[in-house]
Amino acid sequence: MSTDHPGAPGYTADEMMTVAAARALADGMTCFVGIGLPSAASNLARATHAPNLVLIYESGTIGAKPDRLPLSIGDGILAETADAVVAVPEIFNYWLQPGRIDVGFLGAAQIDKFGNINTTVVGGDYAHPRARLPGAGGAPEIAASCKQVIVIVRQNLRAFVEKVDFITSVGYGSGPGDRERLGLRGAGPRKIITDLGILTPDPVSREFTVTSIFPGVTRETIRERTGWDVAFAAAPEPVAPPTEAELTALRRYKAQG
Amino acid sequence: MAEIVSLAEAVRLAVRDGDTVAMEGFTHLIPFAAGHEVIRQGRRDLTLVRMTPDLIYDQLIGAGCARKLIFSWGGNPGVGSLHRFRDAVEHGWPGPLEIEEHSHAGMANRYVAGASGLPFAVLRGYAGTGLVEQTDTIKPVTCPFTGETLMAVRALNPDVAIIHAQQADRAGNVQLWGIAGVQKEAILSSERAVVTVEEIVDSLQPRPGAVVLPAWAVSYVAHVPNGAHPSYAMGFTERDNDYYVAWDAIARDREAFARWLDEHVLSEAGASA
Repeated sequence: MSTDHPGAPGYTADEMMTVAAARALADGMTCFVGIGLPSAASNLARATHAPNLVLIYESGTIGAKPDRLPLSIGDGILAETADAVVAVPEIFNYWLQPGRIDVGFLGAAQIDKFGNINTTVVGGDYAHPRARLPGAGGAPEIAASCKQVIVIVRQNLRAFVEKVDFITSVGYGSGPGDRERLGLRGAGPRKIITDLGILTPDPVSREFTVTSIFPGVTRETIRERTGWDVAFAAAPEPVAPPTEAELTALRRYKAQG
Repeated sequence: MAEIVSLAEAVRLAVRDGDTVAMEGFTHLIPFAAGHEVIRQGRRDLTLVRMTPDLIYDQLIGAGCARKLIFSWGGNPGVGSLHRFRDAVEHGWPGPLEIEEHSHAGMANRYVAGASGLPFAVLRGYAGTGLVEQTDTIKPVTCPFTGETLMAVRALNPDVAIIHAQQADRAGNVQLWGIAGVQKEAILSSERAVVTVEEIVDSLQPRPGAVVLPAWAVSYVAHVPNGAHPSYAMGFTERDNDYYVAWDAIARDREAFARWLDEHVLSEAGASA
């Protein structure tokens, strides 16, 4: 699952990814959290630089403060530590839909160059898929209504495709202007954080380009693991490796999870 | 008015072949024991409704109870796939499974419409997603006041809703607390309602944030301690995360699943456990 990069000893590529994702969340933000990698990263942010990050899970737990990583979005620890627990219609209708939430934090099975996400079916057609995935959950409306979206996903040819097999959650559709045409009020995906680096949407074409490369990762590796002819920023921003404090906090969560 | 009966009696009285059945509980308070009783009583051709099919519907689908599934997220939370659900969709085993697929926001609103006596609910959702083409209970609608295009989803009105709660009193009034999901909406949108409970008490003590269902809104109450396992009942049991992880290997293999079904649901020992 995780790969060690030669030349970057002391942490795994997955740890770098989770740390980079945690750093993308500012203190005091409200964050609608998907389970898995997004939950690990947002809890890491809360344990390090963003103690006032408000974690919101689709189970209706607002302001959850778990001291171990939940396996599901409805573990007891989330309800026990929340500022408020509301019913599921309320979390979607009153809290998500009006655009109150700063950032939606999603994972993906497939993602394309316009940041559209597929978690529904892969291969074949909808009625006869090669692989049936879990489906939408809260993601389509999180992607539509949060002020912005961050996606965390491991980068490989299975996940990073030219065009997704099915649009479960809309990024920039088929390019500039699509979100506006569809009436989606949030700004859409601003970052895709992977185990290799960070991609952000080109301001004009909306195509995701590589703007940060993690220590020890080459452009060649990124090209090999991307299903489209990915562009690179002229001068990708350097990324600091995980600090001791970040690794300690992350590993403590993992050990307890 | 709610009758307090055994679990077997509640299922026999409330669930019929061909029914549309909603067993709700969002991760928390999933009515597993009732689901197993439905399997034991051999119900067939059910349309199963649940936001998150979870292990409970993986089991009912694998056992051959379902004709159709209406859902919004069909995974094993934090673990991976529901393999019995996948086997049914990908290979038609043990029989073909029709699906009607939504998002969580859409499903929640469908229950709200059903509970409210309305034919549909309206939301900002689905725009640009592939679900609109696949699901005929999602249609665009124009706001009569602003002219804005929004999405309508058809109301859900199941024949029977089944939930698990922490408490009922002897009159059949029900109280549940913690993550409350869509249970109130599922109960109020359905023709018949079954509630299994951790305990039956003389009188309900009010809890902050609790959902209270008056006895006259419930058809049958059954006393089933630990009836949510491997889900949980806040204040009574913990979510059995190890069980969810272990389910992956059981459900992945048809024979392992058949053995599990035999040992843990169909046998006398399973029935009384």
